[in-house]
Amino acid sequence: MGLHAYLGLAAVVFAVGLFGVLTRRNAIGILLGIELMLNAVNINLAAFTRFHGDPTGLVFALFTIAITVAEVGVGLAIVIAIFRVRRTVEADHLTLLRG
Amino acid sequence: MAGPALAVLGLPFAAFVLLAGVPPLRRRGRLAGALSIAAVAGALGVALDLWRRGIRVEARWTWIPADGGPVASVGVLVDELSAAMLVLVTGISFLVQVYSLSYLDAEPPPALGRYYAYQALFAFSMLGLVLAPGFLQMFVFWELVGLCSYLLIGYWYARPAAARAAVKAFWVTKLGDLGFVVGIVMLWGATGTFDFAPLFALAARGGLPAEGLGAILLLVYLGAVGKSAQVPLHVWLPDAMEGPTPVSALIHAATMVTAGVFLVTRAMPLFALAPDVLALVGWVGAITAFLAATMACVEDDIKRVLAYSTVSQLGYMMAAAGAGAPEAGFGHLLTHGVFKALLFLAAGAVIHALGTNDIFRMGGLFGAMWQTGTAFVVGSLALAGVWPLAGFFSKEAVLAGVLAGGRPGPFLLLAVTTFLTAFYMFRVVFVAFLGRPHPGAHPHEAPVLMTGPLWVLIALTVGLGARAAGDGTAAAHGPGWLAPLSLGLAAAGVLLAWAMYRRQAPAALRLAGLLAPLAFVARKRYGLDALYAAAYRGAILGLSLVVGWVDRYVVDGLVNLWSALTLRGGDLLRRVQSGRAQDYVYGVAFGVLVLFLWAQWVMR
Repeated sequence: MGLHAYLGLAAVVFAVGLFGVLTRRNAIGILLGIELMLNAVNINLAAFTRFHGDPTGLVFALFTIAITVAEVGVGLAIVIAIFRVRRTVEADHLTLLRG
Repeated sequence: MAGPALAVLGLPFAAFVLLAGVPPLRRRGRLAGALSIAAVAGALGVALDLWRRGIRVEARWTWIPADGGPVASVGVLVDELSAAMLVLVTGISFLVQVYSLSYLDAEPPPALGRYYAYQALFAFSMLGLVLAPGFLQMFVFWELVGLCSYLLIGYWYARPAAARAAVKAFWVTKLGDLGFVVGIVMLWGATGTFDFAPLFALAARGGLPAEGLGAILLLVYLGAVGKSAQVPLHVWLPDAMEGPTPVSALIHAATMVTAGVFLVTRAMPLFALAPDVLALVGWVGAITAFLAATMACVEDDIKRVLAYSTVSQLGYMMAAAGAGAPEAGFGHLLTHGVFKALLFLAAGAVIHALGTNDIFRMGGLFGAMWQTGTAFVVGSLALAGVWPLAGFFSKEAVLAGVLAGGRPGPFLLLAVTTFLTAFYMFRVVFVAFLGRPHPGAHPHEAPVLMTGPLWVLIALTVGLGARAAGDGTAAAHGPGWLAPLSLGLAAAGVLLAWAMYRRQAPAALRLAGLLAPLAFVARKRYGLDALYAAAYRGAILGLSLVVGWVDRYVVDGLVNLWSALTLRGGDLLRRVQSGRAQDYVYGVAFGVLVLFLWAQWVMR
């Protein structure tokens, strides 16, 4: 299996994540989609480290994982806060910014 | 040598500067009046001295220097003409200011101080005009005189009629002044000087360009038409009656309206070169005299009768100047100044006592105020041209001059006007001063500050006439039948007024009935005022319509267009903001896609 196989997998995972972000109505589903996209990036980083023999990618992958965790923490906190106020987490209903 | 002439000019100016620059002094009212009166009295003394000793002074100083000699100069010029004018102006100013102290005693002190500041400025302006040795200085003071008449006519500026009359006087005279300034600049362009002495020297040598001189003089004459209230620019003078009566006396007798006649007299060496313009001056003068007299015959307002009579007498002066007898016109200016001031001050005393201008609400005033009555009758006799008062001789000289100048048309008009003059003056005398007292009126004699100037003017009117009679100068004028003719016409006018308003004879009343349509037209002032008002209103309204359209549709249109564009654009763009986060992500994803494809295309 070559580099392209990993990149292809990452692209597919990223696309699935993007699709989820765009189509999910539930805020938690959207967060899940974001997770998938971030993990596609991680796959890319790991694959490049493996095939180029440069450990810098792994360092970045570790950073990404750490930041992802923080992001999920903050994101879920926001979702809970929204739910407390609006009694819903449906993204379609959260249109306060409409012009 | 120019010292005394400068003193005449400087005294009223110093009074004006003091009154204008020191508000506490001005607000004292009567003190301000005393200061102004003292200044004018001093000027009168110096002017009398100049006139009596026959001093001739011409002094000029460079005003605008240039390489080839001064472009313009200022200075003083005293000769027979200006010395006599100086005495008239300072004398009438002095009497009017003394009279005003009593006439305006009900005014608050600050307003009275303002009045005297204007009076001092008025005297200064007119004296500067009289002393001017060139057209340019004359024009500057000419405009100052116009400004002062505006200020004094509008002295009671809170009254709308007075404010309107002041503006009307200003605008109508400005119309003539426009011609004046264009004329003197054209004259300067042709000769390179504004000053009288070099211009007259050129004229005497025949060095003036013949072509174009007529047009230049016509324009200069236009200025005189406006100032001296000749037809068709006479409309401002009757309205100027809205000012206090002493102001009317001053404007009509000594300052303002005499400026035009003075200008034509002063520039006579130039006018003599343009016979066509002179003929026009004569005809316009005669027509003015006649039309104004007819309008005076139907006025009920005592001051307006006098105003139209002034217009009429100015017509006499201009007719004389136009016939090549400027000294006769100028002589009439001087005597007219005296007895017209007398008439106005007498009318002022009546108005002060009764509070009305309508002669039909007066009557039998002679009994209650014999001094004022005497003054008015003497003034009327002089104006009607009755021997041996001053008016007889000067009017005689004017008629003789016009006849000698070979102008039968204007002479006939002026002769008829003599009859009308006697008629309208004695109409006022019979209605207001004789006859039955009006039940609502309670006349009382004027205080001594007002009767004093009246007696001085009566003495002058009689004295000037007596002197002319004693000189035998009357015999020097015209053919033998002229004096009986004018006396007869005057007597006929007095008789008709007596028959119509005192006796109310049936024949006279039938005549009045026959003339009713004419009276109606004259009462409407021949439609001239209405015509001007309509033209003025039409011009202003037309201009306003255009300006309004441009403002509404061009200026506002641009502003509205931009605001509409912004609004519509914002409304369209607003719909992009759905408020759903996912729509924005779509945008971001689409943007990344486009960037990606663009990068691919560029890399290739």
